[in-house]
Amino acid sequence: MKFTEEHEWLRVEDDLVVVGITEHASTQLGDVVFVELPEPGGEVAKDDEVVVIESVKAASDILAPVDGEIVEINETLTDNPALINEDPLGEAWVFKMKLADMSVLDGLMDEAAYKDFIGA
Amino acid sequence: MADLKKTPLYDLHAEFGAKFVPFAGYEMPVQYAAGVMKEHLWTRESAGLFDVSHMGQVILHGPQAAAEVEALVPQALQTLKPGRQRYAFFTNDAGGILDDLMIANRGDDLFAVVNAACKTADIAHMRAGLPTTQVQEITDRALLALQGPRAEAALARLVPDVVEMRFMDIQTHASDFGALWISRSGYTGEDGFEISVPADSAAALARALLADDAVAPVGLGARDSLRLEAGLCLYGADLDETTTPVEANLTWAIQKARRETGDYPGFARIRHHLVDGPARLRVGLRPEGRAPMRAGTPLFADEDATTPVGAVTSGAHGPSIGAAISMGYVGTAHASLGTPLWGEVRGKRLPVTVCDLPFRPSSYKT
Repeated sequence: MKFTEEHEWLRVEDDLVVVGITEHASTQLGDVVFVELPEPGGEVAKDDEVVVIESVKAASDILAPVDGEIVEINETLTDNPALINEDPLGEAWVFKMKLADMSVLDGLMDEAAYKDFIGA
Repeated sequence: MADLKKTPLYDLHAEFGAKFVPFAGYEMPVQYAAGVMKEHLWTRESAGLFDVSHMGQVILHGPQAAAEVEALVPQALQTLKPGRQRYAFFTNDAGGILDDLMIANRGDDLFAVVNAACKTADIAHMRAGLPTTQVQEITDRALLALQGPRAEAALARLVPDVVEMRFMDIQTHASDFGALWISRSGYTGEDGFEISVPADSAAALARALLADDAVAPVGLGARDSLRLEAGLCLYGADLDETTTPVEANLTWAIQKARRETGDYPGFARIRHHLVDGPARLRVGLRPEGRAPMRAGTPLFADEDATTPVGAVTSGAHGPSIGAAISMGYVGTAHASLGTPLWGEVRGKRLPVTVCDLPFRPSSYKT
């Protein structure tokens, strides 16, 4: 699993990259009450705001971690946003991307580096 | 957070896993380990303990206190019976609200509880406006709120007589924690109590209450969603110096005699709003979708309109409603129940309907 400074995790699954938010991010957000997902099929650039997560406290964006195409979204989150708090690393994956160049993942943090980054 | 003040319960908050935020000059717990949603729901089903020690506690002493305070607020205080409390607000010459407060007649004096962010200004305002009344800020006491259906039983274990109290009663009770000034009131829509306690025994009282399994600590995050569901205004968000009580839909809090004649600031404008109706009104708002419409969201009469007809002043997810809820001000023409409006969230117009307040019936022990 790879991690970004925006507290996203990326996991390679066949030829796709699954993206979600980290446990640390979900704790910091607090109880999630609303998730706004993008339409699948769109090309996105790194740092585009692609998802809005609203917690009891505030709205936050999930940024596209890398360039690519969003091919699938987790529609379960629309009806059950609290899943982000319950299982952020598993059931609450947010979207899947197709990347032109998988090697960009090499530039991201591994788990040890991310733990270091959040001071865990 | 070096310049922030701490309440006498700071260490207790930390012990219960509080996440602190700066609020009105104090380091206050926004939530504990359970989180905002669970704390909110626990208050509705059992009992939540809140630290509201940042609020201002003020004693007004003197034979003319009630008459003199009536010159600053639209409320009737000379007819407020001993042992009773009333919701009030200081108004300015334009009829706008300087702060909202609770004021009680304790027999020998009046006791006011004012908002933390306004307390310095309120005290100066009272000192300037009350010619013969002594204004004493109480700084050696903490203030706790115990709210929810099991609040009465939890407090009665320590102070049995509170079961006799009715909503808006205020009494002084001797206890193991010193003299407690207890009112049967709060700001969550639940039955419950606000307890003024000597600062040096505040933590002991809080621990004694928390020793009851029915009681859990609740932070400012849930306090906000609880008061929003109850349709109660947050000063600085839903009320400010430009809103009159009539616009704010708080006419119920102005006793009849004082709607007719008044020697309080802004009476002329408030009277004008009472007689002719205001141009805008505070209303409840129910977004159709799950997306919360937060404070500042502009409201439009239709999907393509370019000029807003109002704006949201408080908005969040209502945990006990299971949906997004908001309050805001809209032009009177758009304030009738059921009026469809559009709120603009992140550049998108989303449907929202004007609804009745509160979002959830209150359960005061009247």
